[in-house]
Amino acid sequence: MPFSEADIGAIWLTLRLATTVTLILLLLGTPLAWWLARTSSWLKGPIAALVALPLVLPPTVLGFYLLLVMGPSGPVGQMTEALGLGLLPFTFWGLVVASVFYSLPFVVQPIQNAMEAIGDRPLEVAATLGAGPWDRFFSVVLPLAKPGFVTAAVLGFAHTVGEFGVVLMIGGNIPDETRVVSVQMYDHVEALEYTQAHYLAGAMVIFSFVVLLSLYGFQRHSRIGLIAGRSGRAR
Amino acid sequence: MAMTLEKTSASSDWLTPIQARFKHCYSGASAQSSFLLDVDLSLPGKGITALFGPSGSGKTTLLRCLAGLETAEQGELVVAGELWQRNNVVMPTHKRPLSYVFQESSLLPHLTALANIQYAIKRAQARVSAGEIDRIVDLMGLAPLLHQLPQQLSGGERQRVAMARALVTRPRLLLMDEPLASLDTARKQEILPYLLQLRESCDSPIIYVSHSVDEVAQLADFVVALKAGAVVAKGTVTEVFSDIHFSALLAHETGAVLHGVITERDHRWGLMCVAFNGGTLWLRDSGGDTTTGQPVRLRILARDISLALSNHCDTSIINRLQAIVTELVAEPNGAMALVKVKAGACQLLARLTRKSVHDMGLEVGKPVWAQVKSAAIM
Repeated sequence: MPFSEADIGAIWLTLRLATTVTLILLLLGTPLAWWLARTSSWLKGPIAALVALPLVLPPTVLGFYLLLVMGPSGPVGQMTEALGLGLLPFTFWGLVVASVFYSLPFVVQPIQNAMEAIGDRPLEVAATLGAGPWDRFFSVVLPLAKPGFVTAAVLGFAHTVGEFGVVLMIGGNIPDETRVVSVQMYDHVEALEYTQAHYLAGAMVIFSFVVLLSLYGFQRHSRIGLIAGRSGRAR
Repeated sequence: MAMTLEKTSASSDWLTPIQARFKHCYSGASAQSSFLLDVDLSLPGKGITALFGPSGSGKTTLLRCLAGLETAEQGELVVAGELWQRNNVVMPTHKRPLSYVFQESSLLPHLTALANIQYAIKRAQARVSAGEIDRIVDLMGLAPLLHQLPQQLSGGERQRVAMARALVTRPRLLLMDEPLASLDTARKQEILPYLLQLRESCDSPIIYVSHSVDEVAQLADFVVALKAGAVVAKGTVTEVFSDIHFSALLAHETGAVLHGVITERDHRWGLMCVAFNGGTLWLRDSGGDTTTGQPVRLRILARDISLALSNHCDTSIINRLQAIVTELVAEPNGAMALVKVKAGACQLLARLTRKSVHDMGLEVGKPVWAQVKSAAIM
């Protein structure tokens, strides 16, 4: 057995975290992407920039602010304590919240691009056929933006699996609570357990490669580009 | 006979169930493509009404305002007694019992032809029987195509599916935005017969946007000509096509449209006789499926009519009609003039040189013989 019990725990925790985060992001990201794709409000620029911030910020900066906001003297921290939920930092749900912010652009942008690529015409067509706004969203927008959703889910999941800096800042290193694979790796290396580190590192490389390979395969099939969801959908 | 042939004008079908008044500032991509749409129209509740004009005249914008896809800042729209817009009180598009055929293919790309049609049926306000749906699918010749996705269909096939989809909802108003413009000539010829059948079989008014004179002359019962967002001429197709001012829009395609009936076929000379309420014309028998007694639509281009002061029997032109000059317009700074003459109850247009008009002493009320060199059966 190449993985220790602690390794298995870290892998399991990582998968649980990435799945939870991906589901939350698809729920939150879809309306946000729809708004960004359709609005002509002056707020579009600022909101889009905020969503994209995690792409350029060092994860430690994001983690630092989240630690302050969710900590005992931060507004979110005081609110969660008042609600009897306790403090979020150094808990699994604290990691979930941090990861949602961290992976947000990887989910919102593919969906937004796919929605923008649909254009006005199919929506106008559906309206003339008697479809109201919600009907149009579910019967036209969601099916036509499906490749964007697949890309978003895969990227959101994979990117959450790969995070490290935010986890260290906000989650620490608690077994089965916040010790994800990347942190477990770091521990192995610190302890000079290179054999264990090799197994985990190799597993991560293979996982990431397979995920990206299948994503590219899917995208070639549905003829859209990575992240940028536009280009030649057959009309 | 004369009056029964004129099937348009003031019959009760031409009461005005569509009242449309719009003021809408359309801002296009560039300054030239921006204009103010300002129209006040009463449109007939049956048959094909063509919105005709050059590009940038506002015809598509007017159609989109009728559909509610664009909201005119000021306007009032009443269709079949139902208020669709009064200024900023606007019924959204999906609640209006209309259908819209877009210029280019507008099939939902993720659905098969059949699923596209069912999409419309499912959301239609009117209930349509299965037999009626089958009839429309047959009418548009779609049976072999139903399970194909839009990208597997040709442009003409996609437009036929789009038309079937527009018909199955039994719309109270059918809007068509240049449905043939994106097709090549062969595909146009493929679709036109379906449109002609539609004119006969559709109970609802059809508003048809086009910049093609041929399409309008062939299809329209009623014509609204637009220029720079304003109406320049409106009326039945015969009225508008014999309107000298409307003709300025057509240039060399100027010509009157007449309704007639095939009365006789002369197999020896390959000719057929068409009677209209200004006389009769002998035309080349196109053969095919035309039969005696069949109503036909004729178009006589102004450049194909010459005028003479007496009846010349020693000419190769066999069609000579007695007529009276009713209107004369000389082209400003040009050599040509347009002369409107009345033959029986029919108005014809002749394009002559200004010199001829002068030399012949043509003036309103003068009797002439109109020599018709050729006429096209539409």
